[in-house]
Amino acid sequence: MSEPVVDEGGLLLKARQIVKHFPIRTSQGKQLVQAVDGVSLSVRAGETLGLVGESGCGKSTLGRCLVRLLDPTSGEVIFDGVDITTKSRRELRTLRLGFQMIFQDPYASLNPRRRALATVEEPMLTHSLGTNAEIRARALMLLEQVGFDPSYADRYPHEFSGGQRQRLGIARALAVAPKLLIADEPVSALDVSIQAQVLNLLSDLQRDNDLTYVFIAHDLAVVHHIADRIGVMYLGELVEVGSSTDVYTAPRHPYTEALISAIPVIDAEAEVRERIVLTGDLPSPIDKPAGCAFNPRCHYAQDVCRTDKPTLQLLNDGREVACHFPL
Amino acid sequence: MSEPLLDVRDLRVSFRTRTGVVTAVDGISFTVGPGDVVGLVGESGSGKSVSMLSVLGLIDNPNCVIEGQALFKGRDLLTMSDDELRAVRGQEIAMIFQDPMTALTPVYTAGWHISEQIRAHEKVSKKAALARAVQLLDAVGIPNAADRVNSYPHEFSGGMRQRVVIAMALSCNPSLLIADEPTTALDVTIQAQILELLKSLQSEFGSSIVLITHDMGVVSQMSDRVMVMYGGRLAEAGPRREVMRNPLHPYTWGLMASIPPTDGTRVARLAAIPGAPISPGDPDRDHCLFSARCRFVSDACRPQPELVEHIPGHFDSCVLPFADRVELRRQAMTPLEVAP
Amino acid sequence: MWRFAGKRALAALLVLFAISVLVFLIFFATPGIDPAARIAGRNASQETLTQVRASFGFDRPIWVQYGLMMQHLFINRDLTSFVNRGSQVIPQVMQAIPVTLSLVFGAALIWVVLALIMGVAATAARGTVIDPLILVIGVIGVSLPVFWLGEVVNLVTQSRLHDTVFAWVPQLGYVPLTDGVGPWALHLLFPWLTLAVLYAGIYARVLRSEMVASMNEDYVRMARAKGIGETRVLIRHSLRTSMISIVSLFGLDFGALIGGAALLTEVVFGLQGVGKLTYDSLQNFDLPVILACVLYASFFVVLANFIVDLLYAWLDPRVRHV
Repeated sequence: MSEPVVDEGGLLLKARQIVKHFPIRTSQGKQLVQAVDGVSLSVRAGETLGLVGESGCGKSTLGRCLVRLLDPTSGEVIFDGVDITTKSRRELRTLRLGFQMIFQDPYASLNPRRRALATVEEPMLTHSLGTNAEIRARALMLLEQVGFDPSYADRYPHEFSGGQRQRLGIARALAVAPKLLIADEPVSALDVSIQAQVLNLLSDLQRDNDLTYVFIAHDLAVVHHIADRIGVMYLGELVEVGSSTDVYTAPRHPYTEALISAIPVIDAEAEVRERIVLTGDLPSPIDKPAGCAFNPRCHYAQDVCRTDKPTLQLLNDGREVACHFPL
Repeated sequence: MSEPLLDVRDLRVSFRTRTGVVTAVDGISFTVGPGDVVGLVGESGSGKSVSMLSVLGLIDNPNCVIEGQALFKGRDLLTMSDDELRAVRGQEIAMIFQDPMTALTPVYTAGWHISEQIRAHEKVSKKAALARAVQLLDAVGIPNAADRVNSYPHEFSGGMRQRVVIAMALSCNPSLLIADEPTTALDVTIQAQILELLKSLQSEFGSSIVLITHDMGVVSQMSDRVMVMYGGRLAEAGPRREVMRNPLHPYTWGLMASIPPTDGTRVARLAAIPGAPISPGDPDRDHCLFSARCRFVSDACRPQPELVEHIPGHFDSCVLPFADRVELRRQAMTPLEVAP
Repeated sequence: MWRFAGKRALAALLVLFAISVLVFLIFFATPGIDPAARIAGRNASQETLTQVRASFGFDRPIWVQYGLMMQHLFINRDLTSFVNRGSQVIPQVMQAIPVTLSLVFGAALIWVVLALIMGVAATAARGTVIDPLILVIGVIGVSLPVFWLGEVVNLVTQSRLHDTVFAWVPQLGYVPLTDGVGPWALHLLFPWLTLAVLYAGIYARVLRSEMVASMNEDYVRMARAKGIGETRVLIRHSLRTSMISIVSLFGLDFGALIGGAALLTEVVFGLQGVGKLTYDSLQNFDLPVILACVLYASFFVVLANFIVDLLYAWLDPRVRHV
């Protein structure tokens, strides 16, 4: 494996002004779903960036744009110094060895007629990453690394439980020795006890394989646990970015504050806890509110929030927040 | 103590399959008093949903065998005729399901659904039922209820749809509400809204709630009493404060330690429970079903331990010496630094 | 809803126009073949050819030809069949339409009602022997060839048992509705049943599988939890949502049958319907009649699809907003 060619800031992935609009037809004619609306972010080699937000906030679309499973409407994604948004499909095939994605439902992406071992071998064979014997040895090693004993190698996906399938999906993603793993809601379909196992596995794999993660989830407690830095998304935009501990313990954007407050905490004295309960639903990404997108649900909104759109500003504590009145 | 509203005694639910008998619920007993909120916690396959569905006769499987008693206001639901049970369902015991997206028949309006519910149990005109539907939608916090009563399910968001389902469930003033993962399919901010709503409706209408969930956090927010289920049996049951502050069963410890801490501390690894949940088809059941995943397993875990009341009102089915539990819990909830 | 209907109607008109152009081009603009000779029929005289050329403007640009053709077909309605010594085409088609409509409408009513009964009964009785039994009966109906079944029916009702049990069965043929509903229905009864048997089984099967699937849906469990009766759950919740798939199937079959696919039934029962007319004109290579029949058929297919779209929107509120 070659040493990662990391640019001067130690960045592995850098996204500039990613925009993804989906045109749709509605009863009002053609409209645009502004799924991702100008997101810039960077991921340092070896860290975990968590992307958190409610359903419909564009986090999954952003994740797919980052690995070009979707072509962004505009913006650029620079992975390891290479702008992948301008590359052809053919060039991408080789570049994709550097970044892999895992999904919420691994069953949908596993070939039901392929046994576990073959599933893990397949990406290595397509890219001819070694002799057949080397590939087999590596596949067995990966299966063991994600916690399967060798007897599982000959099983089919349907013989695995949800958590085991997710581990198989992780093993397959790691087969090509990527530097970056983008995990889109990898644990949200799993039972609590299995979720903890997979989270531990992801931590162990990161430590042992020098992996960089972009971890996308709706559960802020999970993201806080696994991520070094957190980006909070709302209606296609990043509203707060900062270190995991800072964002979680001292949120500066009102939306982050509400999101944290909404987490049901295991607490013997639940009655005494004051909670911020957001009113209303997430507005439609077709017809975004004027000004700050969060203003209709914000407890602190003032007139300026209804007219002027705040941009992501770097605050003096190193936090980036898109709010006129950061907390 | 007042007469319980629901008194479930030694409930057993099993399914005959080609490969043998699958035991979904394996002898659970509990009571729900008037105005109680009882949380039923467990992972998938723990039997938490099946137990409540079977009590209401909502398991549509001819190979299902239900044994035991489920006394509701003194009458056994399990021996009632179809007509008697139908009169109880919806009117005295209402139910809310996990996915509001699929719980409403897509071709009917919100008002139609609610008035169907009302008119199934009361002799009122369509007009009167629809007027009540508007009031109910208003009560569950749906804006412009008078207009929205004519909206179809797909025109509501997930959270709003769950409100419609709640309005429907409450329309006959049931004395017991069974909420099966009512917020699992919803976003956290919407989940918080729905939990607040359930709480305020509960204090307003005074109905009892059985809250089925996999989320310890949700239970801790909502319920007066907690029952933890594993493999179709009760692992632990007691008042919420007791169970949250002083959990006694190793499975409860594992469940709590599996959730990333929410107090702002960060740990490198979670004290996860190893292995997979027990298969309900496993014929070997005469032992503590959790023992296969328990780090404190010993010969004492066989045969099946009894549920013991160590502290008044607080039961658990573990054979570990009661005096050692605090120390063992501390050990269990500290993560191992290397993968097992 | 009205907006939706208007949009669909407009789309239907566009489709009809496109079909007429396409059909016209296939018949009249195929290179290397003289359309006049085709219209005039086999062994036509030189005079007839000249007459045809003038009448259809074959020396003029193609769009004028199209216009003239449509004029003959729809405005003057004087398109003439030369093969049949100058008989007018439109009246022939107009005569055949009521026959086919009567046949298909009646049969459709019977097969839909039958399928509903069979489908609901099979769903309600799932898990017992009645369920597969109903489906097997349906499959037998589907597998009987219509010409064979028709001939057997004729043999029994017209010949073997005509003097005893089936003395009330009239002669083969069609009696217009204007002669009275009784005779009309009596003449069509066996053609209806024969045609309906072919479709009822398929529809019952599709309906049953849809309904059984919907019985596992959350909303059916919810409906049961509301304490409403099983019959109501079956009809108002399960059947109502399962109808949607039946409707799309119905649109296709109904349109095709009206458009001439009921040919075999028409032939067997001596009904002079559109199918029979198309068949005869193909035999004689009677181009104007073929053209009129094709356009007529496409009109009904499009109309049936339009009605299905409306039914869809009525059955499924989600469709109205797309």
